[in-house]
Order: sequence, then C-alpha cells, then structure tokens
Amino acid sequence: MAEEAEKTELATTELDDAQKRARRMRNIAIGLSLAGLVVIFYVATLVRLGANALNKPY
Amino acid sequence: MSLATSHQDAPTLPVGGAVEDYWALLKPRVMSLSIFTAFVGMIAAPGEINPFIAGIALLAIAVGAGASGALNMWYDADIDAEMQRTRARPIPRGRVMPDDALAFGTVLSVLSVLTLGLLVNYTAGALLGLTIAFYIFVYTMWLKRRTPQNIVIGGAAGAFPPMIGWAAVTGGVSIESILLFAIIFIWTPPHFWALALYRCRDYERVGVPMLPVAAGAKATRFQILAYSALMAPLGVAPAFTTLAGPIYGVFAAVLGAIFLWRAYDVYRIEDGRDADAAAKRLFAFSILYLFLIFGGILVDQIVARVLA
Repeated sequence: MAEEAEKTELATTELDDAQKRARRMRNIAIGLSLAGLVVIFYVATLVRLGANALNKPY
Repeated sequence: MSLATSHQDAPTLPVGGAVEDYWALLKPRVMSLSIFTAFVGMIAAPGEINPFIAGIALLAIAVGAGASGALNMWYDADIDAEMQRTRARPIPRGRVMPDDALAFGTVLSVLSVLTLGLLVNYTAGALLGLTIAFYIFVYTMWLKRRTPQNIVIGGAAGAFPPMIGWAAVTGGVSIESILLFAIIFIWTPPHFWALALYRCRDYERVGVPMLPVAAGAKATRFQILAYSALMAPLGVAPAFTTLAGPIYGVFAAVLGAIFLWRAYDVYRIEDGRDADAAAKRLFAFSILYLFLIFGGILVDQIVARVLA
C-alpha cells in the first residue's frame, strides 16, 4: 500500500533560496509587464479616439 | 522502475532562470540598434504621429526584435554551446530551459506584432511579423546552416526596423524607407564577414558554412571589399532624397571612404595577427559607421525642422 502511494507521488524538487528569489522576480516581471500592457492599450485607445472619446451618440 | 520518486530522491527539475537571463535572451545590444534605426525611420518619415503612439511603436519593435533573438537562441542552442562567442548564452549555460525560451520568444513575438498592428497600424504590424518570420524561418532555420549566402539574405531581417518605423508614421512603404533598408542590407555582409574572418574556427567546428569556412578567407576578403564599395555610395544616397541634405552627404562620403579604407586593409593583409587585427578594426568601425549614418540622418532632420 505504501509502495503504491509512493508510485503515485509526483516528482518534485525543493527550490533553494536563490531559485525562490528568481521565481519571485520572474512573477513580478510578468505581473508588471501585463499591467503595463493594460495601461498601454487603455491610454492608446484614449489617444486614438481623441475628442471622440466624449462623443456618445446614445 | 517507477518514474515516481520520493521527495528525498527527487531529480533536479528545471526551475527557470532569473529575470536577467531572460533579458539576455532578447540580445539587448542587437535590440538597441533596431530601436535606434527604427527611431530614425520614424523621425525621417513625412507626417505626424502622437508621441505616445510613437513610443508604443518603438517598444513593440524592440520587443519583436528581442523575441526574434530569443527564438534564434532556442533553435541554435546546440551550436551556441560549441562556439566560444556564444557559449555563455543563457541556454548553453543551463540558466534557461530551451522550451522556456521558445515559449518566451513566441509569446513576445505574438504580443509585439498584435500591439503594433492594433495600436499603430496594420502595415507596421505586418512588417514586424514579416521581420520576425524572416529571421527565424528563413535565416535561422533554413539558410544559416545550409549556404554561405546565409548572412546576405538573412541580413534583410536586421534591415527592416527603419522601414517599420517609417510605416508606423506613414502607414506605407516608400523609396526613402526602401533606401534605409538597403543601407543596412548591404552593410550587413561586410560587417558580419569581418567578424567571421577572425571567428572562422568557431563556425568551422559547428559546421555553419559562413563564407570564410565555405569559400576561404581570400574570397571573403574580396567579397567584403566588393560589398563595401557598393555600400559607401549607398550611404551617401539619402542626401539626394528628402531624408537628408548636402552636409549629410559630405559626412556620409567621408565615413564611406574610411569604411572602404578599412575594408581594403582587410583585403590587403592576408596573414598573421595583422590580418585578424584588420578584420577586428573593420568590424568595430562598421558598428560605428551604421550608428553615425543613421545619427547623421537624425541630426539633419532635426536641424531642418528647427530651421523651417
């Protein structure tokens, strides 16, 4: 039974501190990039619409 | 034998590199040249563009260029590991897994093309997509390991950025933007072959048929001189268009003459350390040359606008 349980356990690895720090920094970089992309698309939409952003014909 | 293991026996799984390793995948030095030439293309183009949209265009071009670099490093990881010039790159050093580099490059490629196409214009987006596809599929995967003309045709990928910058402003392609493309296109072979001359053994070891490996140093020296003779007058040509004026023309002619003189040195000195030194001098000057040619067009444009 114990052997069966061991067979189904996933292969994992323990991250050391440097690897954890690298992962945290990667996550921060991805988060900032995605947030930056949202801001870019938002501002670019306002810029491209210009004064028409206030024109609501409904 | 079971694939599963206990915690203590767990094999070392790939855990991904640091942010600076991914930054290195983007080939920042190549990227900076793309940004600069694209910027000059934008400034030289007739018409106006909102500064924020212009910034987005430059960012997208930079990211697209970087993504090409990452995909190139993914595909060439096997030969990069064998070459002195490239063995410190993130994949051969084991800092980034090849699959991670592939995903990274693919995501950035798609995002950069979509961003440029949707927020700036479709022509610029299509040209960026073409640039990335050309660099990866035509140069890296098809030509690089098959023909000594690899760098001649593949050089087109590096020549597109000013054309993309121009298209970002005008929405089209014109004779001036084709001229900017042509300058980089003709500049690439003598620039790269100068490097290949003194890195010849590297390419030989990994079986990449760079011209010095496939045709020999003597033929390469002649080709360098021939392309330089073609490039020098081409560098002056913007003076006869709306891109720049006569002062630029004189400046470019002097730069072209120095380039030709350096190329002639490479052609003339065939053996020993002096031959390597001449090739290194030409390689170093070729980078400065391209920077100064595009810098000259930029200054000319700015001065013309200030005086207008």
